[in-house]
Amino acid sequence: MRLRFILGEVVNGLRRNGTMALSVVLVTFVSLMFVGAAALTQMQIDQLKDDWYGKVEISIFLCPENSRNERCAEGAVTPEQEDAIRGVLEDGALAGLVQEVYYESREQAYDKFVANDDEGIWSSLTADQMQPSFRVKLSDPEQYQVVADATEGLPGVDVVRDQREIFSELFRFLNAATVVAAALAAVMLLAAMLLITTTIRLSALSRRRETQIMRMVGSSRSLIQMPFMLEGAVAATGGALLAVAGLFFGVRYLIEDWLRSSVTWVQYIGTQEVWSVAPWLLVIAVGLAAVASLVTLGRYTRA
Amino acid sequence: MIRLDNATKVYKRGARPALDSISVEIERGDFVFLVGSSGSGKSTFLKLILREERPTGGDVYVAGRHLNKLSAWRVPHLRREIGAVFQDFRLLPNKTVYQNVAFALQVIGKSRHHIQSTVPEMLELVGLSGKERRMPHELSGGEQQRVAIARAFVNHPPILLCDEPTGNLDPGTSVGIMRLLDRINRTGTTVLMATHDDEIVDQMRKRVIELRGGQLVRDQDRGVYGLERV
Repeated sequence: MRLRFILGEVVNGLRRNGTMALSVVLVTFVSLMFVGAAALTQMQIDQLKDDWYGKVEISIFLCPENSRNERCAEGAVTPEQEDAIRGVLEDGALAGLVQEVYYESREQAYDKFVANDDEGIWSSLTADQMQPSFRVKLSDPEQYQVVADATEGLPGVDVVRDQREIFSELFRFLNAATVVAAALAAVMLLAAMLLITTTIRLSALSRRRETQIMRMVGSSRSLIQMPFMLEGAVAATGGALLAVAGLFFGVRYLIEDWLRSSVTWVQYIGTQEVWSVAPWLLVIAVGLAAVASLVTLGRYTRA
Repeated sequence: MIRLDNATKVYKRGARPALDSISVEIERGDFVFLVGSSGSGKSTFLKLILREERPTGGDVYVAGRHLNKLSAWRVPHLRREIGAVFQDFRLLPNKTVYQNVAFALQVIGKSRHHIQSTVPEMLELVGLSGKERRMPHELSGGEQQRVAIARAFVNHPPILLCDEPTGNLDPGTSVGIMRLLDRINRTGTTVLMATHDDEIVDQMRKRVIELRGGQLVRDQDRGVYGLERV
């Protein structure tokens, strides 16, 4: 009886307050969409980091002939210097951080260069103009700076490059995008909460007669308040479900169907990531409605 | 059934008390008129019994409960022992007569079966059989008040509080309402009725409690509205 009564009241309330309920649905939809997008961006970043950082290496470029770099004023790197650098990497304090070191000679660099040069633009270059280098794979990519500091000043070293630098800009952009999405989400969530508060208040005011009679005949406070709470929760949950659907189709069509087939060298997140975000969006929606109810109902349906 | 011990209610600190040290006992099955001009404290008296307000001094006991110590979550149980009828009927305009009465049972969790057997009985008691499907606006004032009484009494509470139940009704209709309240009283229900209606009080010759400026000035068996007219 009570359950039927509560559900009936909820349906009634939503119907009577249709436009308000719809606006709650839409605002929670958009705000949770931003929340979800921010979470998915972070997941994508983590995935890219795992994927790429495992592959990247430090390149220690050695002095070529006729370099303009002051460090190479003494001319091209000598075999002794090369041995010294290798010694630092493999035997010194760095040994624990370094997983693998291999040497790329001028000729190897040249061959690689030519192989990648399909259009033959650089065919006028010769092997002598190339730069030998050590390629260093780290056991922990995060320790890049230690290795760079230890090798940068050594005689015969031109410059030390971390391939991560190539990605860092992209990650910075993605992180900034996350922050923007999260900030928008926060503003929208606040708007959603205020809107839910107003909706509940309107609903409570429009049913003041009912609640007054309910108090008078002795129905419990929970029974009086439940329909209003559920109204807010139902509308917010509706918004959350729309947001999950939006994220699902966004990931499905934009990433899985489009990006994955056109930009193939990146590991993308997929719809299973959306499913892992979905429960949190629902929790946020219900939590939002609960907070809004608590701050509103005490005042409008007192026992 | 209802007992006030030196009950005092001061709404605003320093203001004149709305009720000033009232001591009154109303037994089970009594029919009591509460009379007094506007502002004499009648409404506060009823509010203390319904525990819409707490006394600022003294004690209030209703249906075996000490209301001073009653916690908020037990208040609904107290209210189930008290039916309340008001001058303005307070019916739900979008529900039928039947639904208005049934509502009072629904919201305290009675079964559908119970409701279906009790509501028609109650409508018959108040003389509204055959009008179950009418909407409140299709009824006369007296009929609307009968619906309100049916709603207040449908759960068979031991106490019925009536706040000016005939205030909006013409004298002829009022007599009908009073007969109904008298009938309910004869089932053993305690009836406490606040009123301005001197004719009714004089006719019924029941116990009269008179308040003036928050003080109890008269508690008389088989009394009339105003002493000066005896």
